[in-house]
Amino acid sequence: MDNLTPLAEEAKSAIAGAGDSAALEQLRVDFLGKKGRVTELLKGLGQLSAEERPAAGARINVVKQELQALINERKAALEAAALAEQLGRETLDVTLPGRGQSTGGIHPVTRTIERMEDFFAAVGFEVVEGPEIEDDYHNFEALNIPAHHPARAMHDTFYVDPTTVLRTHTSPVQVRVMENSQPPLRVICPGRVYRCDSDLTHTPMFHQVEGLLVDERSSFADLKGLIEDFLRVFFEEDLSVRFRPSYFPFTEPSAEVDIQCVNCAGAGCRVCSQTGWLEVMGCGMVHPRVLEGSGIDPERYTGFAFGMGVERLAMLRYGVNDLRLFFENDLRFLEQF
Amino acid sequence: MKISEQWLREWVNPSLSTEELAHQITMAGLEVDAIEPVAGQFSNVVVAEILEAVQHPDADKLRVCTVNAGAETVQIVCGAPNARAGIKVPLAQVGALLPGDFKIKKAKLRGVESRGMLCAEAELGLSEASEGLMELPADAPPGADLREYLQLDDHLIEIGLTPNRADCLGIAGIAREVGLLNNLPVAAVLCEPVPATITDSLTVSLEAAERCPRYAGRVIRNVDVSRPSPLWLQEKLRRCGLRSIDAVVDVTNYILLELGQPMHAFDLDKLEQGIVVRTAREGESLQLLDGQVAELRADTLVIADNSAPLALAGIMGGEPSSVGSSTQHLFLESAFFSPDYLAGEARRYGLHTDSSHRFERGVDFNLQRAALERATQLILDVVGGEAGPVTEAVSEAHLPARPDVVLRRARIRRLLGFELADGEVDRILAGLGLGVTTVAEGWCCSVPSWRFDISIEADLLEELARVYGYNRLPVSHVQADLVIPAQPETQLSLRGVRRHLSARGYREAITYSFVDRKLQQLFDPDVTPIALENPISAEMGVMRSSLLPGLVSAVQRSVHRQQPRVRLFETGLRFIPGGEGNGLQGLRQSPSLGMVVSGRRFDESWSVASGAADFYDIKGDLESLLGLGRCAEQFTFAAATHPALHPGQTAAISRNGEQVGVVGALHPDVLGALDIPGPVLACELDLDALLAAQLPAFSELSRFPEVRRDIAIIVDKHVPAAELMQNVRASAGVYLRQLRLFDVYEGKGIDPKRKSLAFGLTFRDQSRTLSDDVVNQSMKQVIDSLEKNYNAELRNQAL
Repeated sequence: MDNLTPLAEEAKSAIAGAGDSAALEQLRVDFLGKKGRVTELLKGLGQLSAEERPAAGARINVVKQELQALINERKAALEAAALAEQLGRETLDVTLPGRGQSTGGIHPVTRTIERMEDFFAAVGFEVVEGPEIEDDYHNFEALNIPAHHPARAMHDTFYVDPTTVLRTHTSPVQVRVMENSQPPLRVICPGRVYRCDSDLTHTPMFHQVEGLLVDERSSFADLKGLIEDFLRVFFEEDLSVRFRPSYFPFTEPSAEVDIQCVNCAGAGCRVCSQTGWLEVMGCGMVHPRVLEGSGIDPERYTGFAFGMGVERLAMLRYGVNDLRLFFENDLRFLEQF
Repeated sequence: MKISEQWLREWVNPSLSTEELAHQITMAGLEVDAIEPVAGQFSNVVVAEILEAVQHPDADKLRVCTVNAGAETVQIVCGAPNARAGIKVPLAQVGALLPGDFKIKKAKLRGVESRGMLCAEAELGLSEASEGLMELPADAPPGADLREYLQLDDHLIEIGLTPNRADCLGIAGIAREVGLLNNLPVAAVLCEPVPATITDSLTVSLEAAERCPRYAGRVIRNVDVSRPSPLWLQEKLRRCGLRSIDAVVDVTNYILLELGQPMHAFDLDKLEQGIVVRTAREGESLQLLDGQVAELRADTLVIADNSAPLALAGIMGGEPSSVGSSTQHLFLESAFFSPDYLAGEARRYGLHTDSSHRFERGVDFNLQRAALERATQLILDVVGGEAGPVTEAVSEAHLPARPDVVLRRARIRRLLGFELADGEVDRILAGLGLGVTTVAEGWCCSVPSWRFDISIEADLLEELARVYGYNRLPVSHVQADLVIPAQPETQLSLRGVRRHLSARGYREAITYSFVDRKLQQLFDPDVTPIALENPISAEMGVMRSSLLPGLVSAVQRSVHRQQPRVRLFETGLRFIPGGEGNGLQGLRQSPSLGMVVSGRRFDESWSVASGAADFYDIKGDLESLLGLGRCAEQFTFAAATHPALHPGQTAAISRNGEQVGVVGALHPDVLGALDIPGPVLACELDLDALLAAQLPAFSELSRFPEVRRDIAIIVDKHVPAAELMQNVRASAGVYLRQLRLFDVYEGKGIDPKRKSLAFGLTFRDQSRTLSDDVVNQSMKQVIDSLEKNYNAELRNQAL
């Protein structure tokens, strides 16, 4: 029993010095195992008197528990160190680029059309599409533009044959909607349109989004409200908007819509030709003859229509300065959207 | 339409600045496109008379002029060829500032002193280019300030008129608008009848009265066409963009600009008796004023005398009967031609004139006589002569009808969204020149002869809104019943497809719908494409029958720009002719998706060794796309051929047995033709087939374990994997849940004509744990079938 204290000291020092979990396990066996040296002391208790035995046993047990705790503690420390060492080995340069596909992108024209569609869908307009090779009737006649009407000169038309054209606007889709359904109608018609014109500011193909609303109560005031809201939402700016009388054969009254220049906030710059205003769309109340021609009673129903050039609005929104870039499909351009 | 601001203000003169005036008319629908000063900025320029011009002693091309500048006589050295004694010219005095900050100083030219500069028009910013000195009228007072003398503090206002506003194709019409907008009276046109002093006249017969319902004319004898137009007349024409020709033509042009009435003067001596307004006869031709000889179409309206056509009615006069320096007697024409007839007529002859522009849009059909009187007076004033009586032929029945239009108060509210006070409506309607009668529901209006654009109530509503001001009209918000649109879940959205491709690294392209016929032929040699009658160029000559030519061209340009990796897609219509006649019969305009891949499989990276993308890259992207609709199993790929694709690397894509697309590598010949070095993979798919999706349908999850068995078989190289898999599925029985092809091997250890494929089969039942016996039985069926049908040998089997 007298050697208990030195034995405990020896064991503590050995545990503290154990370099790995195997050495530690060996120490546990040596001291606390079935034949371990502390266990042996317990076995020697039988030689003591009955009076001495409980106190001696208690002392040995205290040492035994103390050593077990130290072993556990040392074991945990060794494991933590091993894990830390493993984690250290596994450390990556997290700034290296990740692996796999890069992201592509949506064309700015599509992106712009989707933005327009979202606005109009939210106020109850349905998206409708139609043919791009159109007959003369739907592209012109039904829209109150008879043959040789001076307004035809406003559309430089591509002809496929004398009575078939590449649609010069998406309005023929509206005609088809009116022919096939009765009011209330709320549709927008996005799509490609074609005009025989190609220079710095014209491409022979471009995109329009045109809208039509026909019901029993709409007025020019409603048209103004809708267009103003649309333009402010589209540009996310509280822009000034003005309506100017204009002429389209299929609307009466007709208007062109100008916004305060988004480049110079109306001060006058190169983009707005120093006027402070940018023409962005045309609109008007649907001409009674157009309604009638499509089988809608213009006394009972009124409506309005509007149309805008998608590229024009995309250029203003994203600051693109050359229309032709939209169709060159240069990756350096496409990658910016 | 270009007008001089000063001229307009002679008619009506509101207290508005130039800019305010331009803004006002723009907002009334007469859009001002540009405002320019009629002259450059200059000062200290006066009228001067050249008293003497002598040859410079030391320079062939210079003259030394003695010039009367009013207060003093000065010596000027001048190089202009027309510098001569007796003419009046502008003199920039010493100290003058000319356009372009050009300061005039005292100078010596080749040793001779010069105190100022004699000016040409261009030097004063009066025209783009000019030859020689500007010659001023003989009565110009020497010493007078040129700006004041010519009234140069004026602006040219350019108005982009819409085709409906023919009434504003003259100063008088614009003045009417400005008067109404400012509530000001407008000067009346001076068209007092000019009494006849001679009796000479020509008969006028209208043989095509529906096209020319009114024709007025008169003879004027003994004019002196050598007399130049007065300064005021020349200046007005110049400012509106017309050059002075001779006094008679200048007067007719003046009337055109002022009243909007095109007129024409004939040389009376060149006419044979009466005027006949008729359609051209077969084989007739006419030399026009612009020099070209028009072969007349039989339905063309001409002004003729008793023997031959003299003029293309309403479009252009003929050269033989035109007024020239030898003309002594005139026949002056002022007619109305129906816009319905004239529309498109000038264009048929490749012409567009100030006259046809106005007649096509509509000239006031009551204006002809007044215009004729006014022109007569001006001609007499300028070139003298004696006028005969006016001959006017008219067919009232063929003049444009002007039915009254009723404007209902209720419709103002309904369409414009507000109440406009009756008094304001009265004022606007009257100001537009409408005759107004009050009726119970509103107003009954008679429409003036100059308004061709007012025939229904909506036209009057526009006039009200326009004059009142669009921007003063109220703004409201659309009120409508909420309609919840259908949202078919079995239809993929195009947006979803675009987003998916974008997430897989594709960029959306938009290419022209018209392509080069030759390029298209590479892709679609059997189709005769829809051709444009008037293409921009041959490269944009035919409508695409496939999206691939456009996309491949985009790849070609990218490759030539050294882009190492290109992945593009496009959606849009392709145009597939029906094959009958011009191909429009049965034409299909079919929505399609095109994809192209070229260059590296991945972006250059530290982590992935990346070769060039191949067939399986684009096919993988395509399969992932086909999976969006949850019906990938309906799509099958089978080896196929395509004119532009590699014969061994092309698959037809079918949905439920019907071909809906193609995918493959571009044929080396096509790559060669387009000068693209690397492989290009391409795919085209009908969008409708792609977008038709299946509604997800839940099936119970099994609580029982899966059993997986792998086999490797060796079969003939040419047996398609898809066929083997189809066979496995068919023979494996009902418990097969999944079949994976996880290895394909050819090469060492295998007959060179054969290949090894390894399949993983997963079995499971809904209601029990499958016993080995059951699974073994299935595997046996699979192996037996493969052996029997494909002469497969089992290479390996793992439990």
